[in-house]
Amino acid sequence: MKYFHLVWSNLKRKKLRTLLTVLSVLVAFVLFGFLSSIKQALTGGVQMAGADRLVVRHRVSIIQLLPESYKARMERIPGVLLATHQTWFGGIYQDPKNFFMQSPVVPEEFLEISPDFILSPEQKKAWMQTRTGAIVGRKTADKFHWKIGDKVPIQSSIWSQANGNRTWEFDIVGIFDGKEKGTDTTPLFFRYDYFEEARVGGKGMVGWYTIRVKDPGQAAETAKLVDKEFENSDAETKTEPEGAFVQAWASQIGNIELMVVAILGAVFFTILLVAGNTMSQAVRERAGELGVLKAIGFTNAQVVALILVESCLLSVLGGGLGLGLAWLLISRGDPTGGLLPLFFFPGRDLLIGAGLSLALGLATGIFPALQTLRLRVADALRRM
Amino acid sequence: MNWLSQIASITRFGLMSIPQRRGAVAATVIGIAGVVAVLVGVLSMAAGFRQAMTVSSSPDTAIVLRSGADSEMVSGFSREQTQIIADSPGVARTAQGPLSSAELFVIINLPKRSTGTDANVPLRGVEASALLVRDNLRIIQGRMFDWGKDEVVVGSGAAREFAGLDVGSSIKVGRYEWPVVGVFSANGAICESEIWTDAKVLQAAYHRGDSFQSVRAKLTSPDAFQKFKDSLTSNPQLTVTASRQSEYYAQQSEAMTRLITSLGFSIAFLMAIGAVFGALNTMYSTVAARTREIATLRALGFGGGAVVVSLMIESLLLALLGGVAGASLAYFAFNGYHTSTMNFQSFSQVAFAFRVTPQLLLQGMSWAMAIGLIGGLLPAIRAARLPIAAALREL
Repeated sequence: MKYFHLVWSNLKRKKLRTLLTVLSVLVAFVLFGFLSSIKQALTGGVQMAGADRLVVRHRVSIIQLLPESYKARMERIPGVLLATHQTWFGGIYQDPKNFFMQSPVVPEEFLEISPDFILSPEQKKAWMQTRTGAIVGRKTADKFHWKIGDKVPIQSSIWSQANGNRTWEFDIVGIFDGKEKGTDTTPLFFRYDYFEEARVGGKGMVGWYTIRVKDPGQAAETAKLVDKEFENSDAETKTEPEGAFVQAWASQIGNIELMVVAILGAVFFTILLVAGNTMSQAVRERAGELGVLKAIGFTNAQVVALILVESCLLSVLGGGLGLGLAWLLISRGDPTGGLLPLFFFPGRDLLIGAGLSLALGLATGIFPALQTLRLRVADALRRM
Repeated sequence: MNWLSQIASITRFGLMSIPQRRGAVAATVIGIAGVVAVLVGVLSMAAGFRQAMTVSSSPDTAIVLRSGADSEMVSGFSREQTQIIADSPGVARTAQGPLSSAELFVIINLPKRSTGTDANVPLRGVEASALLVRDNLRIIQGRMFDWGKDEVVVGSGAAREFAGLDVGSSIKVGRYEWPVVGVFSANGAICESEIWTDAKVLQAAYHRGDSFQSVRAKLTSPDAFQKFKDSLTSNPQLTVTASRQSEYYAQQSEAMTRLITSLGFSIAFLMAIGAVFGALNTMYSTVAARTREIATLRALGFGGGAVVVSLMIESLLLALLGGVAGASLAYFAFNGYHTSTMNFQSFSQVAFAFRVTPQLLLQGMSWAMAIGLIGGLLPAIRAARLPIAAALREL
């Protein structure tokens, strides 16, 4: 530590070069932050999935409906604690670009199976008492400035009411928050009994079921039992753990992981070259001084350490600033305007980023540092 | 000595000294190549997707949906309504009747070949004139399905991307097993991502009665569209929206294209900032290393302008090299790469190939040149403003 001022004054020697290098490292880490968040937004649902939950959908495809009567049959299957359903509503509020999900649900069951949504007891009570009541997630409520008591008209692209009207009016009776950072608080949920009575067509049919199982260890067995129950019926089912369901959903978009890794690979390779080149330039210029250090008794290890500390300092400085800037930018929200509801900087990736900045420092410093081992004191001094 | 030859000789000196600072130069060139490769690579995905959605939808084909439906999936017609549409003015006719096809559109789960996970593959039920309504549709393997039989033909894109669609295998739709009897292609059009069967067969399997979801019609000419549309909207028996097929698909592809393009641009923009810093670093150290040389030239009577221009030329040449390297890397790595993605507007998969178009290459090159320009300008100005006497004293 007592040589820290030496490292520091070396960095200050060419302020412009140091600044430019720090900035290029910074940019790499801003990108790292952004891409991690995009990946999280597209695939993060997998981590949020409950280990004790199964998703049951129509075997042919999720657009086909399942009978509401399946609920009772599912709940008789050993291992199933609770089954509840949702249905894709396909609603538009004002503009098709304002996308968020809406679904009719059976309030009590739904809240019980989704402990990640936090709704106050009074609001819950109000929902039970208001037939046309709906609860909406904090994010969507904030986006449209909805308050409790508001009436919101939502136009469904799928469901029409008896009078042919496709615009459904809901009373906002509650605004729910997410228990965790990764909880999606964009959807709106309204009451199935109101929906069932008012809709034309598809009566008695629902979109998909969520099941809570008694023992997560037995989830796969229970899933098989559910599918067996409905085998050879008009609506055969496909049951899988929620995690697998979400994973498959993300894979429909493409291999996101691979794309993110490929782009980050290109970015870091580039930055490694730029920063590595700067370091070796700095060491080359300083050969004479390093010779003096050795001549006055610095060991090889000390000289190597001096250079590594310098390169790590440079990279950690850039990395830290970059991650901070990324965090600031990302907390301003989804850059695509609604397509990525779960856009935030995951804490795990923040740690990976910190580790990566240190690794980058070591990688850029190691070759110039090793060059100094070959530096003979007499030669170096002659260059002065 | 005139100005141009001054520039030429300073540039020549600069280029000749590149081997002495190859590390720094390589870092700049590779940095710029990285930006261009990522930019062109990501945008080629958007270009390929858009191409698959919009290619070969000729302007004389119209698609009719229930009014308010934003995709085929949520639209719906009775047979009577589809017949009214088919008999509307503007629809081309042959001896067999109007060139119009009432169709059903559903999705089925099939595993992607690449990941093995379930994907929403579009399954379309068509009428006999569907083959005439679309341009250039032909069977490239096996045969067309027999009308009224439980058989399917698959698009070449679907056959490539999803498992279990080879001729001879069969797909499971509910309790039915439908053999795949042929593969069709359509010049890369969107229907290559689909599986086709007889609309009547699909109606029965899906308990749809005698209903349809969309009507496609070939018009007598592109100009007949307005007449066709007006007759539909003024008909009290119908509440429909008619669009040109090309416009319909352009609108369907908009969100996804916008998402990929905006992500591609923001990633490349950030990378470009990083590359500018890299280029600045290199050019500043070039100037520092050549301080004495430049001062000597100035003392001999070379102009400051010539110094600036020649340093800029050097920087732009390096950028050009990086741009060419990045663009070729993107071209050879991505062009024609087949994949499929989910189009959220139709809730189904679209098979497409990455397309590195000449415009994209040009765009990549202009980004490279811009990086070279910005990275070279400040160092060049510093070089030209060196105090000659002080710089010479460094000798």
